[in-house]
Amino acid sequence: MSPQPQKAVGSPLSRVEGRLKVTGRADYAVDHDIPGAVHAVVVDSSIALGRITGMDTSAAESYPGVLKVITHLNAPRLVYRDYPGTNPRGRRLRAFQDDQVLFFGQPVAVVVATTIEAAQHAASLVEVSYESRQSTTDLTGRPGNVIGNYARGDAEAAFAAADVRLERRFDLARNHHNPLEPHATTARWDGEKLTLWDKTQGVNLTRNEVCAVFDIPPENVRVISPFVGGGFGSGLRTWPHVIIAALAAREVGLPVKLALSRRQMYFTVGHRPRYDYRLRLGADRGGRVTAMLHEPSYETSNHESFWEATLALGQMLYNVPNVSQVLRNVPLDINTPLWMRGPGYSSTAFCIEVAMDELAHELGVDPVELRLRNEPTRDPSTGQAFSTRRLTECFRTGAREFGWSRRNPKPRSTRDGDWLIGTGVATGCYDTWLGQAQAHARLDANGTAAVQSATSDAGPGTYTSMTQLAADALGLAVREVEFRLGDTTMPVAPPQGSSQTMASVGSAVQDTCDKLRQQAIRLAVGDQRSPLHGVNPDDVVVIGGRLQVKDKPARGETYRQLFARNNLTHLEANGSYTPQADSPYSMYGYSAVFAEVGVDARLGLVRVRRILSVFDVGRVISPKLADSQALGGMIGGIGMALLEHTVTDHRDGRIVNANLADYLVPVNADIRDLRAIYLDGDDRRADPIGVKGLAELVKVGVAPAIANAVFHATGRRVHELPITAEALL
Amino acid sequence: MYPFSYTKVSDVPAAVKAGSDGGRYIAGGTTLVDLMRETVERPGALVDISALPLRDIAATKGGGLRIGALARMAEVAAHPTVRALYPVISQALELSASPQLRNMASIGGNIMQRPRCTYFRDVTAACNRREPGSGCAAREGFNRTHAILGTSDHCVATHPSDAAVAFAALEATVHLLGPGGERTVGFADFLLRPGATPQREQNLRPGELITAVEIPSHPRPLRSGYLKVRDRQSYEFALISAAVALHVRGGVIQTAKVAAGGVGTVSWKLSAVERRLIGQRPSEALWTQAAEVAAEGAQPLTHNGFKVELLKRTVERQLRVVGGTR
Ligand SMILES: Cc1cc2nc3c(=O)[nH]c(=O)nc-3n(C[C@H](O)[C@H](O)[C@H](O)COP(=O)(O)OP(=O)(O)OC[C@H]3O[C@@H](n4cnc5c(N)ncnc54)[C@H](O)[C@@H]3O)c2cc1C
Repeated sequence: MSPQPQKAVGSPLSRVEGRLKVTGRADYAVDHDIPGAVHAVVVDSSIALGRITGMDTSAAESYPGVLKVITHLNAPRLVYRDYPGTNPRGRRLRAFQDDQVLFFGQPVAVVVATTIEAAQHAASLVEVSYESRQSTTDLTGRPGNVIGNYARGDAEAAFAAADVRLERRFDLARNHHNPLEPHATTARWDGEKLTLWDKTQGVNLTRNEVCAVFDIPPENVRVISPFVGGGFGSGLRTWPHVIIAALAAREVGLPVKLALSRRQMYFTVGHRPRYDYRLRLGADRGGRVTAMLHEPSYETSNHESFWEATLALGQMLYNVPNVSQVLRNVPLDINTPLWMRGPGYSSTAFCIEVAMDELAHELGVDPVELRLRNEPTRDPSTGQAFSTRRLTECFRTGAREFGWSRRNPKPRSTRDGDWLIGTGVATGCYDTWLGQAQAHARLDANGTAAVQSATSDAGPGTYTSMTQLAADALGLAVREVEFRLGDTTMPVAPPQGSSQTMASVGSAVQDTCDKLRQQAIRLAVGDQRSPLHGVNPDDVVVIGGRLQVKDKPARGETYRQLFARNNLTHLEANGSYTPQADSPYSMYGYSAVFAEVGVDARLGLVRVRRILSVFDVGRVISPKLADSQALGGMIGGIGMALLEHTVTDHRDGRIVNANLADYLVPVNADIRDLRAIYLDGDDRRADPIGVKGLAELVKVGVAPAIANAVFHATGRRVHELPITAEALL
Repeated sequence: MYPFSYTKVSDVPAAVKAGSDGGRYIAGGTTLVDLMRETVERPGALVDISALPLRDIAATKGGGLRIGALARMAEVAAHPTVRALYPVISQALELSASPQLRNMASIGGNIMQRPRCTYFRDVTAACNRREPGSGCAAREGFNRTHAILGTSDHCVATHPSDAAVAFAALEATVHLLGPGGERTVGFADFLLRPGATPQREQNLRPGELITAVEIPSHPRPLRSGYLKVRDRQSYEFALISAAVALHVRGGVIQTAKVAAGGVGTVSWKLSAVERRLIGQRPSEALWTQAAEVAAEGAQPLTHNGFKVELLKRTVERQLRVVGGTR
């Protein structure tokens, strides 16, 4: 097979669906025009733990336009089957199946009405009485359950014997994903068949859960999700409101639209858990880390345990001979967390990378140099070779581009008026996660192609990047290829999480389109009337929709000519990607993050002046969208470092700042000079298209780089996130 | 949102009539509609006053400034007279909300805005302002952004307006028109401290309409400016803010007008600071010394103790920014 020239891949395309989005024609979950649809609004519990003792729905029911109020008193019993999947272990919240309240904001009723206004108002008329018990929502000082551990060498002994010892405790705030589009679902039953238009990062996730809850076969459920207004992970689980929408639609016999309010987005769609992270680090005078002892605890609900990748970095980021890890879950009367951008890694990286900075300061070693001194040649946790690990290059490039050598290492050494200026650095790293994916492609006689896979595009630009891959593989222009996604009728793809989409779905799309091109080529070389007759198929490439001999471009014909002569309406192919079961390689993406902050130390203000991240992520398919990812990740990192904090009132488990005025995310004014550099790369050991995944990695390492810069600016070390004014006064 | 009736009025007497009949004024609607959506506010009748001819911004004969109650925040901020005479007002407005909101929102609505206390805005929480007698969830709750001055057992919410801080500093008067005729109220008496009746937020009689805010004349040249300290750089209410206006003649401060936001249950006039400034020569030491008394009488809560020190530093900083040093 002759490699196709790379034209679309690597060119800075704008989003192919961008025009639809900016002109309001991209239909999100409740935007679809579904004739006869009515509206549902959820009523939330106002206690965090206890029992519903009474439910007065009379005022709501008699309000004009209201069709039905569903509560645990009148809801049908649902099956809620367990199934192998990605739901956390435990007993998931069951919509309206009993009188128990497990956390603040739990759905306790739903009002269905002919208009959204009537449904909203009637929801406020539902009177719920409770028998409330004292809830526990504060992680502080709670022992927790051990859910994971790891050891190599003798970490305690090595720590005790270390020349330099650091012992730190970090408190990382709970964060919420806060995608712009609220979680929402439209549900319609046609007899036994259910169609859901859902906001989800994986249509098959929704289908699996709905089938299990309602006990219906998969062929009776179709989930459609062409556009997702952000997710950051919150769409990686099918939350109760999806079940409620389907239930409500069945109960009223009409299609139902249900969108959560912004306030409800803080109650039932997950969050990055709060962490209490104890870290001990021992090193020799030469700056080689000899021991790392990790004791992270993070919150989960009382009804489910929660797992995220908290341990990986501690095991493989640096060449540390002695490591111990004890990971704990602290069950609380809260909703279950869910993976948020850079899950586990972002939190752990904060602790490790701040501690590394402290070590560098303590030893008087440059923080970049310190990291290089602890660089492993093989994965220290498995002994495996790295598929690629170019972290040293990331640091060297970053240091040069950032002007790191001009840095005076002394804290509080640089001032600009009232502002103390500081710079900091941190490592970012994230697993190259790969999943099984399938795709289908069809090439039409008019020379255009349609490629599809049941993946999602929650923002990374999947529509665009897949189009680029397919265009090159088929030898077509980008505008001649349409990529479709977000429908369970399409070939199966993994959920859009853990940065696996580009590598996994991309490899499937590549495979599919390669097969399709090969089919066309074989057809031509076997066709006596084709100018390509008799040519070795391996010598044929397709350029601009024309099949031609690689070294004799004049000899060839177009897809159109070939199809017309053979009376073909189209050719189609199915393809797939299955990750290698036992890859011999350790596969991660890496980054070196450099940050510069100004701190008005008298007023406690921190402003990020610039961030530069240098990435080792293999091949970059879509550079403009990669930049959107990278910048978005940096902005998320600024939020995590300085602003984002879901506040719980531990007296009654209430989330106090359940709105975007009080839960602060960065705004444009907070964002100044952000820059991403990608090392030119192509990691074919990782996957056939050589990409390592970017979306999660871009956030990891940003918050610690900022915290380290704050230290350099002020001499003040903060171990809590977010870093607030009061911590710096 | 509770159902309501809606009428739009085009002249002031019609407005006052509708207001006296129990109608609730709505101007830009930028905060009232929000609160109605959260069912914190449940007015039965809305009277849309946004088209009333109360939009003029003009210098007064005495050298002061009169701002019509329906002048939009953006218009006031950009007005050449305001910029020339009272930069502190322009700055306070430009550091408020967002451009979109400032294009909609009126000056009257701005000083009338209700607290941002999250318990006030959450109808499932106890709040004496929203539901007198139900208690104050903020006092022992999460109160990082709450007041340290002018609080009572019943309420600890700050008055959130930035412009009101400038108005308090400059000793503005509020012009009112009601069924009983016109009256003016000094700014210090317009916003009410919570005391035992936190639900009473302004010195307003039923049906009264704000027609204008007037800034009296101050000796010239008057240097003024506004500093807003907050976690993020834009689109956030003040953690602490300071409005400062100084008139210096012969190297001596003759007039000092200072107020703070984010610290009081009403925009907080810092008379003690003013007294320490008047008759003195500007110096770094003076700013520090004057700011020392900014937080006099402060009663911090669980999470806002830092505001005591931050208030002093904010005032000190802004005195230096406005007053400079020789
Ligand atoms: C997201 C957000 C951020 C914000 N940030 C800031 C900020 O940083 N700083 C700041 O100062 N403000 C801020 N605000 C508040 C904003 O300034 C106010 O919403 C606005 O000024 C209100 O004006 P309006 O004309 O829209 O008032 P409306 O919403 O129309 O009315 C508000 C209240 O005033 C009453 N009212 C209006 N006009 C009159 C009148 N002439 N006479 C008597 N009563 C009247 C109404 O009855 C109502 O009770 C923010 C608001 C939002 C939504």
